[in-house]
Amino acid sequence: MIHSLFLINQAGDIFLEKHWKSVISRSVCDYFFEAKEKAVEPDNVPPVLQTPHHYLISIYRDKLFFLSVIQTEVPPLFVIEFLHRVADTIQDYFGECSESLIKDNVVTVYELLEEMLDNGFPLATESNVLKEMIRPPTILRSVVNTLTGGSNVGDKLPTGQLSSIPWRRAGVKYTNNEAYFDVIEAIDAIVDKSGTTVFAEIQGVIEACVRLTGMPDLTMTFMNPSLLDDVSFHPCVRFKRWESERALSFIPPDGNFTLMNYHVSSQNLVAIPVYVKQNISFFETGPCGRMDITIGPKQTMGKTVEAMMVTIHMPKAVLSANLTATQGNYTYDLANKVLVWDIGKLNPQKLPNLRGSLSLQSGAPKPEDNPSLNIDLKIQQVAISGLKVSRLDMHGEKYKPFKGVKYLTKAGNFQVRT
Amino acid sequence: MTDSKYFTTTKKGEIFELKAELNSDKKEKKKEAVKKVIASMTVGKDVSALFPDVVNCMQTDNLELKKLVYLYLMNYAKSQPDMAIMAVNTFVKDCEDLNPLIRALAVRTMGCIRVDKITEYLCEPLRKCLKDEDPYVRKTAAVCVAKLHDINAQLVEDQGFLDTLKDLISDSNPMVVANAVAALSEIAESHPNSNLLDLNPQTINKLLTALNECTEWGQIFILDCLANYTPRDDRESQSICERVTPRLSHANSAVVLSAVKVLMKFMEMLPKDLDYYGTLLKKLAPPLVTLLSAEPELQYVALRNINLIVQRRPEILKHEMKVFFVKYNDPIYVKLEKLDIMIRLASQANIAQVLAELKEYATEVDVDFVRKAVRAIGRCAIKVEQSAERCVSTLLDLIQTKVNYVVQEAIVVIKDIFRKYPNKYESVIATLCEHLESLDEPEARAAMIWIVGEYAERIDNADELLESFLEGFHDESTQVQLQLLTAIVKLFLKKPTETQELVQQVLSLATQDSDNPDLRDRGYIYWRLLSTDPVAAKEVVLAEKPLISEETDLIEPTLLEELICHIGTLASVYHKPPSAFVEGSRGVQHKRLAGSAGSGESVESPDTGSAAGVSEAPPAVIPSQGDLLGDLLNLDLTPPTATGPPPAAAPGMQLGAMDLLGGGLDSLLGGDIGGSPAMGAGFGAPPAAMPASFNAPVSGGLDDLFDLGGGVGMTMGSYTPPKTVWLPAMKAKGLEISGVFVRRSGVIQMEMTLSNKAMSVMSDFAIQFNRNSFGLAPAGPLQILTPLSPNQTIEAALPLSTVGPVMKMEPLNNLQVAVKNNIDVFYFSCQYPISMLFLEDGKMERQVFLATWKDIPNENESQFQIKDCHLNSDAASNKLQGSNIFTIAKRTVEGQDMLYQSMKLTNGIWVLAELRVQAGNPNYTISLKCRAPEVSQCVFQNYEAVLKN
Repeated sequence: MIHSLFLINQAGDIFLEKHWKSVISRSVCDYFFEAKEKAVEPDNVPPVLQTPHHYLISIYRDKLFFLSVIQTEVPPLFVIEFLHRVADTIQDYFGECSESLIKDNVVTVYELLEEMLDNGFPLATESNVLKEMIRPPTILRSVVNTLTGGSNVGDKLPTGQLSSIPWRRAGVKYTNNEAYFDVIEAIDAIVDKSGTTVFAEIQGVIEACVRLTGMPDLTMTFMNPSLLDDVSFHPCVRFKRWESERALSFIPPDGNFTLMNYHVSSQNLVAIPVYVKQNISFFETGPCGRMDITIGPKQTMGKTVEAMMVTIHMPKAVLSANLTATQGNYTYDLANKVLVWDIGKLNPQKLPNLRGSLSLQSGAPKPEDNPSLNIDLKIQQVAISGLKVSRLDMHGEKYKPFKGVKYLTKAGNFQVRT
Repeated sequence: MTDSKYFTTTKKGEIFELKAELNSDKKEKKKEAVKKVIASMTVGKDVSALFPDVVNCMQTDNLELKKLVYLYLMNYAKSQPDMAIMAVNTFVKDCEDLNPLIRALAVRTMGCIRVDKITEYLCEPLRKCLKDEDPYVRKTAAVCVAKLHDINAQLVEDQGFLDTLKDLISDSNPMVVANAVAALSEIAESHPNSNLLDLNPQTINKLLTALNECTEWGQIFILDCLANYTPRDDRESQSICERVTPRLSHANSAVVLSAVKVLMKFMEMLPKDLDYYGTLLKKLAPPLVTLLSAEPELQYVALRNINLIVQRRPEILKHEMKVFFVKYNDPIYVKLEKLDIMIRLASQANIAQVLAELKEYATEVDVDFVRKAVRAIGRCAIKVEQSAERCVSTLLDLIQTKVNYVVQEAIVVIKDIFRKYPNKYESVIATLCEHLESLDEPEARAAMIWIVGEYAERIDNADELLESFLEGFHDESTQVQLQLLTAIVKLFLKKPTETQELVQQVLSLATQDSDNPDLRDRGYIYWRLLSTDPVAAKEVVLAEKPLISEETDLIEPTLLEELICHIGTLASVYHKPPSAFVEGSRGVQHKRLAGSAGSGESVESPDTGSAAGVSEAPPAVIPSQGDLLGDLLNLDLTPPTATGPPPAAAPGMQLGAMDLLGGGLDSLLGGDIGGSPAMGAGFGAPPAAMPASFNAPVSGGLDDLFDLGGGVGMTMGSYTPPKTVWLPAMKAKGLEISGVFVRRSGVIQMEMTLSNKAMSVMSDFAIQFNRNSFGLAPAGPLQILTPLSPNQTIEAALPLSTVGPVMKMEPLNNLQVAVKNNIDVFYFSCQYPISMLFLEDGKMERQVFLATWKDIPNENESQFQIKDCHLNSDAASNKLQGSNIFTIAKRTVEGQDMLYQSMKLTNGIWVLAELRVQAGNPNYTISLKCRAPEVSQCVFQNYEAVLKN
């Protein structure tokens, strides 16, 4: 099971350690630092490392490494999932997962870690349960605590811990009862030089924000549930109901949570909202190249494409770019060789265009690698797969809640090859 | 107000100040002080000096303060055991508290204080807590048993906690069940034979019920535990699968992968024509694909596992090729894994797409990835014949880019393509030759040299090309040197007239100026071949090469089976069996897929467990010949303690040895050789050593043979084959070894006759085995204490053990041996009769025999004919018994005697046999059934050998 945890910043300083069994010297991290050195980019550090006596399993999130040490055969996915849960919890408690925030709240973090794992076995990882045991810091509470000598640690057994619905705490009360759902779809796609889609799929998620009194039992139905053939649910969703009726039936956790993830695969046709006409070429002779990019709408379901942004990772030899954009601004980050063109709203009447010349390091050979374009975009009010919620019903409680569903489509990993 | 204030220090010294604050009367100040202490602890500062002061704060009603003190205690109790005792009373009291949270906290913390003295006090509170009315306390106590077991296993057993823990599997609360399973699994890992998780249909049912209701982590523990169960029949298997499939839709990827493991394993038992089987296959694909949209670290682990799954059941993901397409911002470790799987899934249907992608990747920035992509193109060509042409032209395009590492990789794979499709793409050789100069990596140089040598007749200036490599011969790596040597010999055999000088040059470079024994040996072999029989040389060197296989890097099937049972574990990430690398898991049980073999492993007695595992799943993939050689060379040959006379004669011996190979190249080269002074000096005049050794008496060995036959062999009633020459003197600079393997009262011995047929004294003998199928290893050093003078013969018996490292050999009973003396190291391989490994207790109970015979699937049965054997069934039975082949029952049907026999190998494998003997018919029929059908062939050969002698 998980033996120890080290939090390490990008510079390679260990700024927090927690041991659930015996103390393991932090020198064990040297193996990790070695691998980190070798990987150059922090993203490329292998997540599972073998050392003579331990295994190091790490994740890289928000510019921090969460490094766990294990000694026996443990499912690595279990460890990785848990580490992500730790990062989620820290984010949930302090608003963001950063070194300075963790340092500012080090004792709370330490208490949380102790509560989350016992002898390497996960104990309480549900945000609802944790918050009952260790209250998140608020300015008001810390003032009250100093005055009264109260504490941040709950002294009652969290109700959710043992019930068959561990995700929800009992006795929830709100004056405004509301349930909001965001259906967010991200398009992952690879489009090749000629504009043909090599691969496209949709990663969908339904994020929920539910503030309802008591023990509400919700049912959500879809207009077109047949789209959903590959789903993963929050533990609150009753799988049997889904199998038989294709309806999501659940007693929700209190607050924010992810109700469901789904995946619409490349087998189904995935609509690509924009097309990109591009031409990036480098001359055989002379230290320069030419670039010309135009973007236009394709399948947008009648909605406007917003927050368009194109990111291009240039070959190392490109020194500067001298371009004109008909819409938006562009910046070229010389250090990272990244060109960012921030377009904004896409106007179908006047297509945005970026063209001009690129200058190369003198004497450098013609770059071998072709830059790849990464597209960012947003389309409000539509789920590109066509998924639509038809009803949301509540049983078990008498009041009438506010209900709302929002849709959003965005680009996930949307890549155009040149 | 933030916690960073806890880190500020003052001049007076932190510890001093904290001490004062900890002893303050004010509660609030105390708490702040403890927080400061904890804060220092989290960053790795040593605050153990404050131990007594912190422990003093423990008696408090404030839960937060109590928790903080507990946190401190857990970290430092070990370094201050005597002080930690001070805390015991509070713990015991807290275990009686009215608040279940406090009871649980106390028992949980106590278990984390890894001090022996405290554990004594822990037992009573723990016993109470295990039966606590509150499930929260019970589930905490369950984990505490695992903690205690880690500190003092004996105590846990003596106190009967394991039984209580087993009872908790039937607890009414699913969380308690999950924790009990988790604790038992952890304990079981250090107790492989304890049968702690005794799974029967009732417990399985309880686990499946708890599975639906417990937390995600509990589900992982339960699923991993379920995977160890062996269903009784396909109906049970199907019903478990049905109840596990909903887990595939869980948001936690670890739950999904554990569920995949259970399904992959239990699927083996389902009949393939069942509708449900097809449904299940279809259900497995989407969750696996979904795992690939998770965080990159999760993707990596998922991909490593998918790699196993596609090897076992390619049909699951055959339509999902596209999800493995590489995105440019994937981390490199994900890219490399995706590439691997793409090649595994490549087929005629999707090859065009795959090739287009690979070509795209070959122009990326990351060097490692580009190399692998180029190599992948080559693998596609070899795998999908229809695509070979396109692959070759893609590779040629890539060569035109002139990017150095791309060109080198391309040449390496083109060499393989040439081998796979001979006489098809040789037209590209000219293009390849243009890039000769730019090759600076050994593998690429070696590949290019191979191509030049292989197609020497088509390359006009092959001799010039090879000569250019020869200039820096000694700076090349061994790989290149070996290849160059072979290539030049090939060239010489194809164009003998122009290249004599070249071949002489390379042979002398290899044999005289090199320190590398491999190179020298190969040089000598060629030299001798060329000098004695050039026609034979041609046949050997230019022989038709066996075709290379389509799939590369496939995991060896038994290992794959084991790894499938370990999906989701570290073993699956490293593609190694758990026993190979997990520390602390003493004697891991090897798992096999149920359907194919090993469903009833329980038949075997547990004490052979550790040995049994070994050969059921050889821990390593069978390496190529090159690796074997490497292994042998790496063997540590420590000479025996007795030091012989210094090898004064060594130089002379060296010369003599060279003469062995002498004889000159005259026959091939005509008179030329004499004219070359270098050759003449080194190899010309043969001294008298060799003829002498040819005449050396061989009778010593023969005498022994009779001794054996008349003496020990008879009394034991077992058949001992005659000694055979394992290492001829010709090969070993005058040392001849002949020998035989025998089994005497349960001890395996290797009886050897060593003869010195050289002119000088031999001493410092040592022996070493390469890894082999049954883990044979010398049980002690080779006892040859006196030096062996010329023409002397000595007997040596080497007792063997079967606990050495294991590697599957081909044939199974092959043993590679290295013998060292003061002159050199020699290698030979020999085959031992498998009866050597038959244990004396190999007689199976009749009932067990019947059950096992039925249990082993029919595809594991093999039938052989033993011809010309004139024994009646009783005589045969007696004879076989001498070799520990036991007859369990005899039946006579229609004049035919059926003997049912069993034998047991040292590694616990049982072999069952049915021998049919018909009166008057000299041909016996034998059917063998074994869970490891590989051994059948060997066993049959053994039958034949025993019955005919």
